[in-house]
Amino acid sequence: MATTALVDPDTGLTQAQLAARHGLRVAGERPSLVEYSRRLWAYRHFIAAYANAKLVASYSNAKLGQLWQVLTPLTNAAVYYLIFGVVLAQNSIPNFIAYLTTGLFIFNFTQSAVLAGTQSISSNLGLIRALHFPRASLPLSTTITQFQQLLASMVVLVGIVLVTGEPLTWEWLLMVPALLLQAVFNAGVVLLVARLGAKSSDLKQVMPFIMRTWMYGSGVLYSVTLFDRLPGWATTVVQYNPLLVYIELARYALLEEAPLLNESLTQLWLVGAGWALVAGIGGFIYFWRGEQEYGRG
Amino acid sequence: MVEHFDAPTEASATMTRTQERIPTVVVDDAHIIYRVHQGAAGGTTPVAALRRLVKRTHAPNVREVHAVKGISFTAYRGEAIGLIGSNGSGKSTILRAIAGLLPVNRGAIHTQGQPSLLGVNAALLNDLSGERNVVLGCLAMGMHPDDVAKQAAGIIDFSGINERGDFASLPMRTYSSGMAARLRFSIAAAKKHDVLLIDEALATGDKGFRKRSEQRVRELREGAGTVFLVSHQLSSVRDTCERTIWLESGVIRMDGPTDEVIRAYEAYANSK
Repeated sequence: MATTALVDPDTGLTQAQLAARHGLRVAGERPSLVEYSRRLWAYRHFIAAYANAKLVASYSNAKLGQLWQVLTPLTNAAVYYLIFGVVLAQNSIPNFIAYLTTGLFIFNFTQSAVLAGTQSISSNLGLIRALHFPRASLPLSTTITQFQQLLASMVVLVGIVLVTGEPLTWEWLLMVPALLLQAVFNAGVVLLVARLGAKSSDLKQVMPFIMRTWMYGSGVLYSVTLFDRLPGWATTVVQYNPLLVYIELARYALLEEAPLLNESLTQLWLVGAGWALVAGIGGFIYFWRGEQEYGRG
Repeated sequence: MVEHFDAPTEASATMTRTQERIPTVVVDDAHIIYRVHQGAAGGTTPVAALRRLVKRTHAPNVREVHAVKGISFTAYRGEAIGLIGSNGSGKSTILRAIAGLLPVNRGAIHTQGQPSLLGVNAALLNDLSGERNVVLGCLAMGMHPDDVAKQAAGIIDFSGINERGDFASLPMRTYSSGMAARLRFSIAAAKKHDVLLIDEALATGDKGFRKRSEQRVRELREGAGTVFLVSHQLSSVRDTCERTIWLESGVIRMDGPTDEVIRAYEAYANSK
């Protein structure tokens, strides 16, 4: 470093040349995908802590507090059972309560993650405008919060399934990889809708309708054998519907005689893993490409 | 009318000038434009909205606010720079852009390392206790969980929220606005920074806290390369900065030694 130089070597340089000479970087530049993943990994503690905090905060105003984690899915199952099991009396499915609640809870995992994910950027603008961190932390922690809620509802589900007379078998262990695949799929979709929701706030209004349509296409409330009546191409579309696949995997694992749309189990696992991979990687890249836009108002 | 203090920090500033000056922040003709959605104004039927979506044109109710109109300056290591100007002159906007939180529309901002913005509006979770917010805030700044555990008690002490009973374990929504602001400042000030941007943070809290926080900013500044301070309190700018930039409606009106700039600014403000 030339401390003896009387003439400042920087004189006569333009601002950009001056910055380049001293190795300054452009503020808020988007890091490369690898660097971004590395930074995100460094923020794993924040992601976990934020997910936990959101879970605690979500029931902090309710008198029954965390009990709602279990009460909400239970009430949900009761309402749907009342309508589809008692009023509309679906008798074609053996052990309808367990069939219904399995579908409902698995679907609800993705539904609540997507609905929360749509707002994960727009409802945290204060945090985004104040602090610098990889923005993907927010949608990812949303996914984790929903995963924690899923675990609570799984306890309820296991109770219902056992009480309704299903035997406990080794196949139950298949729930673990099935739920993990679904969690990866969810993370990808949440990243996708988080970026879309950050750009246009109208998405928040449309999302519930999309999710409801998706629910009717996933065979949650009625027997999946109804889909066989559709024209051939439509049945194929439904067969590859990721949520139907994850629901069928769970039903296969937990229930003995539940009707399934996909007959081949290998195909179910392949499609489930494929969707997780495509959504996970695609969602992450799509979200990363918009990194600089978040918080712009 | 105009009080005159000798800035106590002048000596350290001249010391660094004898060496080659190393720029830490280079702002090159930066323009920043906000887009503001005004909600449904007159003449926006659903059909018209749909047509705009299809044709991908901007809604008439989206207004553009040109907050910063071509600013250029260079900040060097060891400098403390005050940013002053009337409300809406673009001070906070340019600070956010330096922190990389707002993109520039034209021009460029180059920085060394990752500048940190220390503001009072680091929104945390109001439903959580102060303690949990401290942990969360520190993690969000990228601190390691071990360091967070070590510093958490110190942060709460510094904020003084426990002076009237055990508030740290109560949810933040029960805090007065001053307490919440003090806690946020204490969290933000707990980390060492290369380039530190301070936005009105010193204006929060009572006199005792203000003294503590000014002291803390001085310490941070000794460790940091460069400090920017946005404030409406000219006295705190005078106390901490030797260089001041005066912004007015998005352009630099004056850039120079604090005393001169503040004198000109006060004359301008009084004549209005």
